[in-house]
Amino acid sequence: MLATNNKYVGLLYLSPALLFVAVFVLYPLVQLVMISMTSESLLGGGEFVWFDNYLLAFSDRSFWTSFWFTVRYTLIITPILMVLGFLLALLTMQNRALNQIARGVVFLPVVIGLASSSLLWVWLFDQQVGLLNKALVDVGAIEQPMVWFNRAHLGMTAVIVSVVWKVVGFGMIIMLSGMQSISHEIVEASMIDGATYWQRVRRIILPLSARAILLATLISAIGSMLAFDQFYLMTGGAPRGQTFTSVYWIYQNSFVYFKLGYGSALSVILMVVIMAGAALQIALQRRGESA
Amino acid sequence: MTEIASPATNIATGATDARVVGGSRSVGYLVGALCLAIIALMLAPLVLSFLASLKPPAEAAAVPPQYLPRSLSLANYQTVANYQAGLWTYVANSLVVATLTILFCLALAVPAGYALARYAIPFKEVFFLLILASMMIPYQAMLTPLYLMFSTLKLTNTHVGLAIVHTILQLPFSVYLMRNSFEGIPRELEEAAVMDGCSSLQILRRVFLPLVLPGMVTVSLFAFIMSWNEFIAALIFMSRETSFTVPVMLTGVSTGIFGVVDWGALQAGVIVSVVPCIGVYLLLQRYYVSGLLSGAVK
Repeated sequence: MLATNNKYVGLLYLSPALLFVAVFVLYPLVQLVMISMTSESLLGGGEFVWFDNYLLAFSDRSFWTSFWFTVRYTLIITPILMVLGFLLALLTMQNRALNQIARGVVFLPVVIGLASSSLLWVWLFDQQVGLLNKALVDVGAIEQPMVWFNRAHLGMTAVIVSVVWKVVGFGMIIMLSGMQSISHEIVEASMIDGATYWQRVRRIILPLSARAILLATLISAIGSMLAFDQFYLMTGGAPRGQTFTSVYWIYQNSFVYFKLGYGSALSVILMVVIMAGAALQIALQRRGESA
Repeated sequence: MTEIASPATNIATGATDARVVGGSRSVGYLVGALCLAIIALMLAPLVLSFLASLKPPAEAAAVPPQYLPRSLSLANYQTVANYQAGLWTYVANSLVVATLTILFCLALAVPAGYALARYAIPFKEVFFLLILASMMIPYQAMLTPLYLMFSTLKLTNTHVGLAIVHTILQLPFSVYLMRNSFEGIPRELEEAAVMDGCSSLQILRRVFLPLVLPGMVTVSLFAFIMSWNEFIAALIFMSRETSFTVPVMLTGVSTGIFGVVDWGALQAGVIVSVVPCIGVYLLLQRYYVSGLLSGAVK
């Protein structure tokens, strides 16, 4: 008999991970829901208030401002990331040395920290010492160095530029792997039929890497809906809290205003939104696995 | 630089030949020029940051700024080295947390992956999905209950505490990866080992571990990069000045002293924080790209 047939031995090996998930994921999850129904504060105290926090959230304008700001950020940055990622994947798909170096370089910022890249870009965008401002003036795009972080849409633009630089390589790699799994015969057949390069891109490469594109889109969108570091470090929510994201607003309520109960209710709402997206992602991945 | 390119060739199962995509020679030049422009654009921020970190402090603070340093100096690095509790304290904090995260992930994911790949366990699929499902829960939403729990357990401001949070984040991916690694090993190998009278633990140690080593490297690599870079949990859980990790320390540098930001020192800090990631990535890029793809696509 194979040693591996003993189910208790298997359970023994699996149990540390299961125990960890139970203690550090499931238990806090239950706690989160419970805290969200109290008026708990970091300073102590708090009583059971049923769904008051949730009702409060729905009438809290700051919450909605942060929520729609996050949605807007996601809706703007995701298409930019996907289109650029797709084009970069097309470009670096070729096996020439220069294209592959470009691929490696585009991917490089993916491994560095979002906090580090945000602090790099906040410097580049600075009105006084920022080299990006200087470059824009030098090429004549603007007349004099701009203040990027005193208006919400400019602040968001700066954040988007920095995050695109930081993560565009991620989408590129995912789409590249989709493109590279396209069979050679299909591509060659289309060439014999005399299809031009862009026809091939539109009719073959794009539809056949659709699953990879969809996956990259979902992963990026979920990531953007959870944005925190880049806004905390670049805009600080300014001006007047207009650039608070959902996570930032939760952080603000829970750990700056110490309103743990209310912060938890906001967390539960955010979690439901995110889990819907994540469930879709996992369903897609599992389908790809069985295919 | 060609080193960076090599993993990319590895992810290609069917190599795409240039003929299939590129057209005539002039198109080839255009594509080449485009590649060069992209390389320059992507490297520029890091290069400029590095150059700024080498400027003497007065030059780094000069308005208007210059692209290139006129003279070189390590003064900014000295400023960062002596910042508050000292840079090395923060680097050590980050390294200890990252190392603990790697150890926790391996200790939990290697046996779990083995069990999921090789054992008949009741409710196996349910358990596997349960572990994977924790990936769906955004940890940003869980910080409040975890904070309260860790306060009670006296785990805030400790390396172990933050490492546990980072393990929560990294465990689903690690288990998934280790399960795949174990599944990739032919069953004949362990059957032979059983014939030779090896026990279950001996099989794990002697037969499997050498073969799943690449998987373990990938798990460690991702755990390291995530833990080294992670920000919001570190910000909340490490509130004492001596327990900051590198990204949290950088926040302090960026808010400046009395509102005056030392830009040269900030860029020196940024460079210190990105160099380990880039170094580890360049050394182990093959594992990184394959891990990323198996986590995201497969």
